Amino acid sequence: MLEQADRARFEADVMPHRDAAYNLARWILRGRAQAEDVTQEAFLRAYRSFGGFQSGNARAWLLQIVRNCCFTWLQQNHVAEQMSEFDELTVPPKPENPESLAMASYDRERLQRALEDLPAHFREIIVLRELEGCSYKEIAAITTRPIGTVMSALARARQQLRTLLSEPVPKGAHLDL
Amino acid sequence: MTCELTQSRLHAYFDGELDAMGASEFEHHLESCPDCESRLAAEENLRTSLAGAQLYARASESLRKKLQISLPTAAVPPPLKDSRSSIEKSWRWLAIAASVILAVLLGTQYVEKLNRYSQQQAMAEVIVDAHLRSLQPGHLEDVISTDQHTVKPWFDGKIDFAPPVRDFANDDFPLMGGRLDVIDGRTVAALVYGRRKHIVNVFVEKAQSGDSQNASGELQGYHWISWQQNNFTFTAVSDTAYADLDQLKQLFLAP
Repeated sequence: MLEQADRARFEADVMPHRDAAYNLARWILRGRAQAEDVTQEAFLRAYRSFGGFQSGNARAWLLQIVRNCCFTWLQQNHVAEQMSEFDELTVPPKPENPESLAMASYDRERLQRALEDLPAHFREIIVLRELEGCSYKEIAAITTRPIGTVMSALARARQQLRTLLSEPVPKGAHLDL
Repeated sequence: MTCELTQSRLHAYFDGELDAMGASEFEHHLESCPDCESRLAAEENLRTSLAGAQLYARASESLRKKLQISLPTAAVPPPLKDSRSSIEKSWRWLAIAASVILAVLLGTQYVEKLNRYSQQQAMAEVIVDAHLRSLQPGHLEDVISTDQHTVKPWFDGKIDFAPPVRDFANDDFPLMGGRLDVIDGRTVAALVYGRRKHIVNVFVEKAQSGDSQNASGELQGYHWISWQQNNFTFTAVSDTAYADLDQLKQLFLAP
């Protein structure tokens, strides 16, 4: 059980990152209900191990717990997911026309679909960088990877996201945020 | 042939991760590399689209509430507890007032009975409350183990007495774990047992002079039974049958 002072510190330092935690879980797990469950579980774990966290970046500390809970959930629930490491996530090189890419406009539904179609490790890194605004250092801490790996993974994740965005839109795309 | 920097430094530059020296070097490169220049514009377009799409998913109000209440019992915001204990207090005052009137009218014999009844009723509410709280996800055990030699030392230093921890798996009451709990403002040891598909909480605390020897009752479908043994007060509570709880009591009392 946490001491009174630790509990107050948890409420002050960790609780404000509820949205960050849920957002990351929602994009890794691609569903509201499971994201809510896993976010709750992650907060309980965080609460229990908070004694070991003395100072530093509470958001990165929490998000590391969240993403670990998410990937455990994906494995336990046998979600068909490309779980391979970055190096094995080979993207077939597609000829791109950078000029048109710079002009292309994508609507929300299209972007959501493309982001959800990325492999989990790529989704994670795009969400951390583009939605959460994490630095490379923070992403490296959250995903426990070297900064160099984060940079090259981000490059490939962006390229693959654009590839998905250039594909024709399938019928029946469903928006659920 | 694509410039190889589009797969590395361009991103560090785009994300503001290069130091001043690195950034100015890359800008110098950018002037002579149309490849990197157009790729940078594409990255900017993607980022603008992502930002404009408002894809950030915020925690719902219900999740916020759940996160607040699902933290272990001790983190329950104090107002809840205060209002509850004040209700209990006023209820007790009412009981005392009623007792006084009855004492005048009917004599002391009835007062004892009534006090005992109201005390037990208040106790039942507190116990069933604690039991229900423990059943919320993740609240049941702080130490998860079916081994009494793991659960017992876990309490060392966390509480000022050594609760008797025993496993009754052979009698169909497997020990599942333990935790600390707060009941009526007192820290108690909670032992968790399984009974078929039911959960039994056994609260153990140091016996107090006013504790009644043996008591039992039922509230909202939950049975509870309490007894004293070796200067401890035990209280078992569950939605299982009363006979099960009595059997568990006998197991504890057996040497």
